Amino acid sequence: MSLAPEDRRLIAACQSGLPLVRAPYAALAKDLDTTEADVMQRMEALTSRGVIRRIGIAPNHYKLGMTANGMSVWDVEDAAAEELGPLVGAMDAVTHCYIRPRALPVWRYNLFAMVHGSSRDEVEEKRGRIAELLGEACRASDILYSTEILKKTGLRLRKKGA
Amino acid sequence: MMLDDTDRRIINSLQDGFPICSHPYAAFGKTIGLSEEELLDRLARMKAEGIITRFGPFLDAAAMGGAFCLCAMEIPEAEFEAYCKTVNAFEEVAHNYKRTHRLNMWFVLATETEAGIVETAQAIEAATGLTVYQFPKLREFFVGFRVAA
Repeated sequence: MSLAPEDRRLIAACQSGLPLVRAPYAALAKDLDTTEADVMQRMEALTSRGVIRRIGIAPNHYKLGMTANGMSVWDVEDAAAEELGPLVGAMDAVTHCYIRPRALPVWRYNLFAMVHGSSRDEVEEKRGRIAELLGEACRASDILYSTEILKKTGLRLRKKGA
Repeated sequence: MMLDDTDRRIINSLQDGFPICSHPYAAFGKTIGLSEEELLDRLARMKAEGIITRFGPFLDAAAMGGAFCLCAMEIPEAEFEAYCKTVNAFEEVAHNYKRTHRLNMWFVLATETEAGIVETAQAIEAATGLTVYQFPKLREFFVGFRVAA
């Protein structure tokens, strides 16, 4: 999918966030030397195309007391992973769920489910619920806790040409 | 840092669906019983305090023609810091976490093109002499990202 140069500039202009002023789209329009109506129409179009996934806040898990996060990983037979993945993804305990390739012999897991909680006990309890749901289909599992954030920058669209 | 019930209401209700209209703060505030001014003040405060990491549009990298890939490496523990510096120096490395496993470094590569993922992974391998295992998502089961405050 390609982006018009105007769309790219708009995305770049609100990448660090939407302005916290009464008329944020008019403020963006002023910076981009266009009209509020143009900005709003582009935002609508980008949203319906799925380029903008959502407009809202990203809360800081750690500041909200969700200090434990575990990447739970499961070795599930491929066909079963396709069937059970949506159910795992729908669990309250799970924020993201993916099927990824294995990297044998180092890595045998193909189903990834991110689990957040206020403690490791809570995360382990949630992991237990995933294990129950997967049942016999699960051949092995593990959970990787993050012990340090080494780098955190959001996805940045480079400002270079369109 | 203290969150009151109103802050929690904002966090819980504003993870998506912020309106596109001339005065969106007024319009959204109305749906949760807050004035435009109070919503703006609280968002600014929570942003300044780091409770909100970011407020605005969240983009789908693939829809923009870009690519994302989760990668992992087995870094020798004794020289972890030096390797970490080398890996983080690549601007395509967007998030990087140390994790409890033999594969102890997990990061996301974000590039403008699909080909950029492989090129960057190879460049990191050349710079470190270590394997970069790539775990691109084959399927995503996404039901909306919600964190209860």
